[in-house]
Amino acid sequence: MALALVPQPPLDGWLDELDGQISRAPNFFQGRPVVLDVTFLPKNDPDLALLAGKFAARNIRLLGIEGTEPNFSPPPSWNWPPLLSGGRPVGVSEVPEEKPAAEPPSLMREENVRSGQSVSFPKGDVTIIGSVASGAEVIAGGSIHIYGALRGRAIAGVMGDSKARIFCRKLEAELIAIDGLYKTAEDMPANMRGKSAKISLDGDKILIAPLD
Amino acid sequence: MSKVLVVTSGKGGVGKTTSTAALGAALALAGQKVVVVDFDVGLRNLDLVMGAERRVVYDLINVVNGDAKLAQALIRDKRNDNLSLLAASQTRDKDALTSEGVAMVIEQLREKFDWVICDSPAGIEKGALLAMYHADLAVVVTNPEVSSVRDSDRIIGMLDSKTAKAERGDKMEKVLLLTRYDQVRAARGEMLKVEDVLEILSIPLLGIVPESEEVLRASNLGSPIVLSNPASAPARAYADAVRRLQGETVPMNIPVDRKGIFAKLMSWRVA
Repeated sequence: MALALVPQPPLDGWLDELDGQISRAPNFFQGRPVVLDVTFLPKNDPDLALLAGKFAARNIRLLGIEGTEPNFSPPPSWNWPPLLSGGRPVGVSEVPEEKPAAEPPSLMREENVRSGQSVSFPKGDVTIIGSVASGAEVIAGGSIHIYGALRGRAIAGVMGDSKARIFCRKLEAELIAIDGLYKTAEDMPANMRGKSAKISLDGDKILIAPLD
Repeated sequence: MSKVLVVTSGKGGVGKTTSTAALGAALALAGQKVVVVDFDVGLRNLDLVMGAERRVVYDLINVVNGDAKLAQALIRDKRNDNLSLLAASQTRDKDALTSEGVAMVIEQLREKFDWVICDSPAGIEKGALLAMYHADLAVVVTNPEVSSVRDSDRIIGMLDSKTAKAERGDKMEKVLLLTRYDQVRAARGEMLKVEDVLEILSIPLLGIVPESEEVLRASNLGSPIVLSNPASAPARAYADAVRRLQGETVPMNIPVDRKGIFAKLMSWRVA
């Protein structure tokens, strides 16, 4: 996906706004392909010739131009590669059917997470077939499933997923967290200790409920 | 086929050195050729527990550095010919150990002995890592108390990732030796029960060594307990553990000290 920039006259004012945006998020355009949409710019705007240089000065890399007449050719000062011309139209080519989206990424571990070990998977869910020891931690971008006892830390939804959940067969956790909200062992309901549990977020409250 | 065994725990004071001496002596009594190696450079104790502190001339570091030949540094036990000791250096620290040097020493010991038992220092630093690196089998010594169990769990994680076996992609064999176990206190809930420890650590049980004053007496005598007092409860527990190490199936029980009628009726208490 490319980002489209749509300059509007007067160009100076628009560039000021752009600079404001860059100062708030300096890395926003870094390495990002940008398409220039010139729909709103008059074809004979004298500033058009300088535009490419202004983007280059702001470290914005232009990938393409949109919103132009078919016979538009960029001003020579843009240093734009020559347009393809004289091609022949071909029939609509068969677009290969898009593959079904890959399974949501998840990490599976078939052994205990021992004290001092850390299993981290910011891209998605983590499943542990075993226990998570006291002093061990599991960190997931998505949900955490533990088919044993949770005695260490489980930190779910680290990339800001408030829908992430934590499941475990035996809740003896030192700390649980979802989307930055956490609860330590001290604040967990005593009647849930040692029980199988599902843990979710309701607004800014952590809910611990029995699994069975 | 010789076996390299590391006795390790993470936590200090749980009975690694006592267990190293006892397991080594029990294996030697069973006719195996055994060497016990002290990896606790700078804080050596195994020589004391083995009663060989006055016979140490060369040590592990001397051999690692090539200052002495292995044969010069090995101290043969006076009570049992099958048993030898390779002491640690008390004047150096763990940085004096090099992985190449340790590899060379272990390789030479493998040729001479049936069992090479490495007494690991406490902690998870270089000394402990080098002690476990070449092991074929790990005996994890744990007391029935939460901090010891958690430290053992940490060590098990390292045994599974930081040893030569793990680096080759093999599974490290690990067994649990539960020491200083007091059945009465466990029943009262003052100590973790055997089942609790096994559930947390989930490795096979090698043996349960009961808490006993005989252990301290043996240490002070400078004799492994299986030699100094073979009838005592801890000695029988170590003997059973060694039979299991050799592949025998021995029912798991917790030996108790046989006391006379007088001792049963009354005992000395402090205050």
